[in-house]
Amino acid sequence: MDRHLLSIVLFAPLAGLLVLLLIPSSNRTLIRVWANVAAFAGFLVSLPLVFRFDKSAAGFQFVESMDWIPSLGVKYAIGIDGISLLLVMLTTVVGFLAILSSWSAIDTHVKEYYAMFLLQQTGIIGVFVALDFFLFYVFWEVVLVPMYFIIGVWGGPRKLYAAIKFFLYTVAGSVLMLLGILTLYFQHYQQFGFYTFEIAELMKLNLPLGLERWVFWAFFIGFAIKVPMFPFHTWLPDAHVEAPTAGSVILASILLKMGTYGFIRFSLPLLPKASIDQTIVGVLAALSIVAIIYGAMVSLMQQDWKKLVAYSSVSHLGFCTLGIFALNPNGIAGSVIQQINHGISTGMLFLIIGIVYERRHTREIAEYGGLGHVMPRYATVFAIAMLSSAGLPLLNGFIGEFTILQGAFEANRAWAGFAVVGVVLGAAYLLWLYQRTILGQVTNAKNLHLPDLNLREMAVFLPLIAWAIWIGVYPKPYFDVLEKPVQQIVERVRPGYYQAGTANARAAAPHSPSAALEGGSR
Amino acid sequence: MVNFLDLIWLIPLFPLAGAIAMLLIGWKLDPQASSEVAVAPGVASHSHSSGAHHHAHASPLRMLVSLLCPGMVLLSFIFSAGAVAQLAQKAERVHEVVQFTWLAGLPFHTAAGSLARFTADWGFLLDPLSSVMILVVTGVGFLIHVYSIGYMGHEGGYYRFFGYLNLFVFFMLMLVLANNYALLFVGWEGVGLCSYLLIGFYFHKKSAADAGKKAFVVNRVGDAGFLIGIFLVFALFGSVRFLEVNQALAGFHAETAGFGVLSATALLLFVGATGKSAQIPLYTWLPDAMEGPTPVSALIHAATMVTAGVYMVARSSALFQLTPATSVVVAFIGAFTAIWAASIALVQNDIKRVLAYSTVSQLGYMFLALGVGAYWVAIFHLFTHAFFKALLFLGSGSVIHAMGGEQDMRCMGGLKDRIPVTYRTMLIGAIAIAGIPGLAGFFSKDEILWQAYSSPSGSKLLYLIGLTTAAMTAFYMWRLMSLTFFGRSRVKPEVEARIHESPAVMTAPLVVLAAGSILAGWIGTPKLWNLPEGFRLFESWLEPLFSGAAAHSAEAAHHDAALEWLLMGLSVALAVGGILLARRFYLVRTELPERLAERFRPLYNTLANKWYVDEIYDFLFVNGFGKAGGRAAGRFDLKVIDGGVNGTGWMTRFSSTLSIWWDTWIIDGAVRLSSFTVRMLSFPARMVQTGRVQAYALVMVAGVLLFFGYYVMR
Repeated sequence: MDRHLLSIVLFAPLAGLLVLLLIPSSNRTLIRVWANVAAFAGFLVSLPLVFRFDKSAAGFQFVESMDWIPSLGVKYAIGIDGISLLLVMLTTVVGFLAILSSWSAIDTHVKEYYAMFLLQQTGIIGVFVALDFFLFYVFWEVVLVPMYFIIGVWGGPRKLYAAIKFFLYTVAGSVLMLLGILTLYFQHYQQFGFYTFEIAELMKLNLPLGLERWVFWAFFIGFAIKVPMFPFHTWLPDAHVEAPTAGSVILASILLKMGTYGFIRFSLPLLPKASIDQTIVGVLAALSIVAIIYGAMVSLMQQDWKKLVAYSSVSHLGFCTLGIFALNPNGIAGSVIQQINHGISTGMLFLIIGIVYERRHTREIAEYGGLGHVMPRYATVFAIAMLSSAGLPLLNGFIGEFTILQGAFEANRAWAGFAVVGVVLGAAYLLWLYQRTILGQVTNAKNLHLPDLNLREMAVFLPLIAWAIWIGVYPKPYFDVLEKPVQQIVERVRPGYYQAGTANARAAAPHSPSAALEGGSR
Repeated sequence: MVNFLDLIWLIPLFPLAGAIAMLLIGWKLDPQASSEVAVAPGVASHSHSSGAHHHAHASPLRMLVSLLCPGMVLLSFIFSAGAVAQLAQKAERVHEVVQFTWLAGLPFHTAAGSLARFTADWGFLLDPLSSVMILVVTGVGFLIHVYSIGYMGHEGGYYRFFGYLNLFVFFMLMLVLANNYALLFVGWEGVGLCSYLLIGFYFHKKSAADAGKKAFVVNRVGDAGFLIGIFLVFALFGSVRFLEVNQALAGFHAETAGFGVLSATALLLFVGATGKSAQIPLYTWLPDAMEGPTPVSALIHAATMVTAGVYMVARSSALFQLTPATSVVVAFIGAFTAIWAASIALVQNDIKRVLAYSTVSQLGYMFLALGVGAYWVAIFHLFTHAFFKALLFLGSGSVIHAMGGEQDMRCMGGLKDRIPVTYRTMLIGAIAIAGIPGLAGFFSKDEILWQAYSSPSGSKLLYLIGLTTAAMTAFYMWRLMSLTFFGRSRVKPEVEARIHESPAVMTAPLVVLAAGSILAGWIGTPKLWNLPEGFRLFESWLEPLFSGAAAHSAEAAHHDAALEWLLMGLSVALAVGGILLARRFYLVRTELPERLAERFRPLYNTLANKWYVDEIYDFLFVNGFGKAGGRAAGRFDLKVIDGGVNGTGWMTRFSSTLSIWWDTWIIDGAVRLSSFTVRMLSFPARMVQTGRVQAYALVMVAGVLLFFGYYVMR
């Protein structure tokens, strides 16, 4: 049991899916109940990972490895470190809540709908636990299919356009990524004489810088489209706007993190020389900063509630990628924490839109206003989600942003100087959204009798709120879990980082300040 | 005996408990709040029951709210007083309580290249500076809570109001008790949030919601600078704990030569302070913040939150002492803000707006003091200002309450006998702020002016700006008093009948604050007066903390005593002059202001329109950068970037259309052409090959006949 814990977590949703297929389509209630049970079970089986995880151990845990396609050197190798642990937990929690939130929102093809979500759960967990690049790629592609159908079948008026755009864009990226993977695969054969896709093996490669750069850009296209980084982001607003609520939640909360995870797990450790290449770091940081400010600027003027939140994701993910390419412990750890935070707060924001969309069937901001009078509980939940997204201290967003900014500041002070603009703009577009929807008078008679959140809806939000407060007030467990894996990555990319100077800062303080200033920029 | 010193971590938690209680069960205690729906005119509502809000007092449970929330602040006050009393007994007046590591970040490289950890405690520091602050916050805070029981008694959302107010006190106490910059920032942002929530308390009003948003966003601009400042502190000292930073600073030399990294750090922190404490260029949010209920204006936007910037700079005094360049900036921004805001206050007609600009102006004084290195004086003025400005705001609230919501002073007048308690207490507040000797404002303001003149980093220019502002302060305060309480009544007849003095629950805090406005200054009397040590308690309490700065003021004392008497006399004379002038303008020859305004119309309009700064900011930042920039970015995204994506898609489809055409007409065309050619070429043959036996027979017969004929004919 314990030896296969991770496989159980990985395939639990799939098992749920198989049972789901046996239920007749006509019995919708049973389908709904079972899908929720299966998703909740998926969360429950993932809980032991938290309790049995050894945060003091370096390297991967719960590792399982066996041959899958021996002729190609493909293995079924899975395992997690602190980074994957957090993302897997995010997946099982948000996945369950997304399914719970769909109870009354979906009327057509109910069985297929839940089947897609369960399949997707397995796919995403697979991405986060795979230690074999081939296996990773398989899961990466598996995830695409359910999301394509979720948008294309249960989406809004332009669902086909959005679904096809999403699918083609991502596939185009992943094909380039595959080329990168194959390059490493064949290079490994040349250098070591046997074929393998195992990450640990591929890390032993010693590639010339030029080749590393090419592979880096190939990975970059794949991951950057997924994140999405500027300027590859335009599939996101369309996909979000057309997707059903739960689809948006999964898309924003979890799917996007596959891209950032890819950078952390593959680009950095496999291509350490390219990852500290001046040009590459400069371009990546610049794109991240542009995303932060530009995403916020575009959010500011959106008339569509969902589009606004979609663009805010571009801005927030900009912080995540900026943290990664600060290439220091706080940047990377902050990035992972911010990925979790974004999952929590943007997940909430999309759920919040879903609540009124289900009641009013419109996402036009102008259609709302004064909802605080009609739906006070809803207004409170929205306020917390908004503040968490805006990075208010004692809520989760602050910890992530603050840590990322520290990392960025350490890497290059100008980066932090630009990125804080995003913090200001973030408050502006969120508060303005809140004002236009919740505050003021009720200006539309249709909104006068909207029912407030019911018990099930509260049950969706409460865990997320609790999680947001936990990270905001006591983030130490998160940093503890991330400490070792982040150290490994940083040492891989920047050997000797942890050996610098003495641990006591005070001893180093009485330097001349101007020398200190120059010492700060890398 | 309770060891209050080790329990200082509890001080913020009491009001937090109150806030959480309100959030969770408040609506049960005060059930009416949510049923009152504000509906825009023209929006139909069948269930709108006009009588709904008359049930406001129905719930007896509402009393619980009135007891619980102020009670929590009182508890904090008791614990604060106990802790301060015990701190005074200690030889070394510093006490730190660390509860746990809140921000437990990872290692990073400091500017000097060594490895440090990005951490911050959930820890509290009680020293003379934070002592003053917690007493002001909990003491004045408690009085304002009590006042609110009466003031908000008729309002919907009673529990919501007290919940926010308690939450504010929690964050404010976090701010002043934090033992490091990061945790200070938690309180800093938190009070900003509460300010946002409370300004927008009447959120059905667009102006209130707008003002709340403006306050938050403008503050965020300052916070951005503050954040970078905190990172610089991390980078330079490897820690953000105040005690460790100050210790590390001992190893640095003052940046007398120019503008170095320390000056930059200090300046960035000051940028944060200009946001929170409403200094130029980020002061515009504070006057708008008066949209909130008046107790909020008194507590947050006068007595406590807006002084957070002053506190933070004083807390960083060790840093500012090493950065003369930044200190000069602080002094001049402060002085300039003081006179700038006072000039606007001269012509405002809304009673709360006069007080709001007055607050901005007085905060300017505090920064002036900080800038010239007179840190304890700045805190002294913060302390006295908390009394008289809270008093004036609450008094104005009582006036507004009496007038049924009227805030325009042009519709007041002659109220002094109608609401005598309010009048008398406000009179004390006005005298105190005007700087008449004997009351609190005189002592602190005069000390600032003296320091601005005599401190090594002071100057005659700073002094003159401060002095002019003092005269203007006296003038606008007396204008306010004259228009409101003296002269004949200009009250609308329908309001006239309903004017009533506020209930005791509101006037009692006024009386206490009035007493404070008289007495609070007597613990900071000028050295010149040579009173017993107890009358100089404030300086001796704070002095050790700012030892470097205190050296300045000790030095200053060696200045000419006659000169100091002279300057003191001058400022008092100007204050009296300001009062007399205002009396003349608004009581004796009431046509004068009108005529002056007529004569200097452009100047008057500029002042009345607040120097058009709001318009300029709106043009540049809100409409320019924000809206136009946002729209431009949106269009760029849609047309260029997504256009590129869709273009790629279109190109793919176009090229596939081309391919189809090529395939159909050229490639397949060639194939078909070749088949056509063959078909054409084979046409004659096909004509023959018909497959009909009769035809073959016919041809055969014809051929046979032809042959036959040929041979026959030949």
